[in-house]
Amino acid sequence: MIELVSDDRCIRCGICVKVCPTHVFDVDAEGLPFIARQEDCQTCFVCEAHCPADALYVSPYADVSVDVEEEELIASGLLGSWRATVGWGPGRTKLASIDTTEFIDRILPPRRTNI
Amino acid sequence: MNEFDTRLTADVLVIGGGPAAAWAAWSAASKGAEVVLVDKGYLGTSGATAPGGTNLLYLPPDQKLRDQAVEQRYKGGGFLSEPSWTYRVLDQVYINLERIEQWGYPFVRDEEGVPKRGHLQGLEYMNLMRKVVLKAGVKVLDHHPSLELLVDEHGVGGARGISRLDNKEWEVRANAVVLATGGCAFLSKGLGCNVLTGDGLLMASELGAELSGMEFSRAYAPSAAFGTITRGRLLGWATYYDEAGNILNADGNRGQILQRAVSEGRTVYAMLNKADTPEKRAILRRSHAVFFLPYDRTGIDPFTQKFPLTVRCEGTVRGTGGIRLAAEDCSTTVAGLYAAGDAASRERLMGGMSGGGAFNASWAICSGTWSGEAAAAYALSLAKHAGHRRLRAAGRYGLQRNDSEGPATWRPDNKELVTAVQQEVSLKINYFRNVPNLRASLDRLNALWGVAGSSARGDNVQQRVRAREIAAMTATARWMHTASLERKETRGMHTLEEYPEQDPAQLHRIVLSGIEQIAVRYDKVPV
Repeated sequence: MIELVSDDRCIRCGICVKVCPTHVFDVDAEGLPFIARQEDCQTCFVCEAHCPADALYVSPYADVSVDVEEEELIASGLLGSWRATVGWGPGRTKLASIDTTEFIDRILPPRRTNI
Repeated sequence: MNEFDTRLTADVLVIGGGPAAAWAAWSAASKGAEVVLVDKGYLGTSGATAPGGTNLLYLPPDQKLRDQAVEQRYKGGGFLSEPSWTYRVLDQVYINLERIEQWGYPFVRDEEGVPKRGHLQGLEYMNLMRKVVLKAGVKVLDHHPSLELLVDEHGVGGARGISRLDNKEWEVRANAVVLATGGCAFLSKGLGCNVLTGDGLLMASELGAELSGMEFSRAYAPSAAFGTITRGRLLGWATYYDEAGNILNADGNRGQILQRAVSEGRTVYAMLNKADTPEKRAILRRSHAVFFLPYDRTGIDPFTQKFPLTVRCEGTVRGTGGIRLAAEDCSTTVAGLYAAGDAASRERLMGGMSGGGAFNASWAICSGTWSGEAAAAYALSLAKHAGHRRLRAAGRYGLQRNDSEGPATWRPDNKELVTAVQQEVSLKINYFRNVPNLRASLDRLNALWGVAGSSARGDNVQQRVRAREIAAMTATARWMHTASLERKETRGMHTLEEYPEQDPAQLHRIVLSGIEQIAVRYDKVPV
């Protein structure tokens, strides 16, 4: 579930409020988005991909809320990592343009294995 | 009489925000219609396609390859599909994927320079579709969930709902409506599926439309036990283990190992150790990148470490049941009402088995195109403007009641109701199907309908939308179990323990109609 909107990084663009398909965010009086309905988060990571400031973190735990530390997420490179993988943002290569799905049948494991 | 904050009139109203809705809106606008698209979420991120990637039923125009694919599909779907529809889809999807490439989707090319158009990355694809739809002049209203359709004696005439972001009421009048609201996955948190609560099925049924193939709704997709990423294809490289570390799929077949274990409360672990070289691992990572998110973020190397799995209910989303299509143009039996994508029955294309996302993704593209074009032609052929029709709101269940209608009956809170419906589509009832369990479940659902279908006092936008979703999910589960009990055989993805064989005498489609009383009839498969 969504666990972090970084106050430091957020540029108050409101994109996360708009793109979240399950309407998890609201905006406070200062224009800062906040997590208003965490239980409605479907852990789909699309807000992270769309956030131009790498200010959001969606934890992979779908059913429980966990504590996260912004400094740790930055240090481990996780903050903004999904957007980087998708290849969105200036100077990045889009995942779609290096998509290997059409070639995965070339590396299929053998049907039967004797281990 | 309600006052509306937003009141619009158009030729065509498209309801939904996934690929089928996008294609319907673009196609209708391309035919000269004025189009409004309303979605519960956001066109570009809503639905099962956007967060991940999707394979496509896509073949080059090679007659032999296509004949084989059609034959395979016909058998796989239990002979309930129509080969002519499979050919139509193959033709149409080829044209549309060329369009997607012209619009700027960066398809990879193979060593011979052939574009590989059989897979789309969801975020890129839907972001592109949003741009294309807006450029075509469609008015897009995000976060505008529809609560009910409008109707008069001539057929459908638009819809009403709420705007989620500012709690305002809206009404859009249009002579043609395309329902592209997706299937029903019962808020199970399968990737992108929580906007898919059967809303379109309920709205269409309230107008008397029929449903078909609702027994083909037995899809449960594997995901990390703690996560949501339902991309089973990569588990083809996995070894499955039990809690003691014994290998469960030594014969290379994953079968029902996971479903069996989860229903019995045991944990299955997986490890992608059949991707045994750095090259193979790199290929898998760049194909289904989203698959790796839960593991990368919890410090698990899925190639060398075991991770626990569960399954998430995908109901009719990866099934094939939905609103019955009356003709090739995706019209329904209600004048002006069209259905596309997973909201529509996909039996005509794929019979009783969806065969994974590929068929559904191509179906979304094609049914979106056909419904959009037909809706535009229909609306433009009518002399009377929708704004001048005497329309009434058709919604009857799970809606807010007016205070004048007397005191509200007692109703459990929405969370309890959601849990109650979800229990009735558990693996034990809806995957390992047998007659007594389904019958008992249907009895409970019928009792639950008394409250789930009743009027709700919505305190806020979220609760109002959720109350309507609960009615739609409960109705959908009742339709599913009714059809499952009716098909006394095993065919396509439908199974019944008491009837393990395919029965040639039941080579028909099961068509349902009605909400409180569900009527059943059989439909012959056209040859």
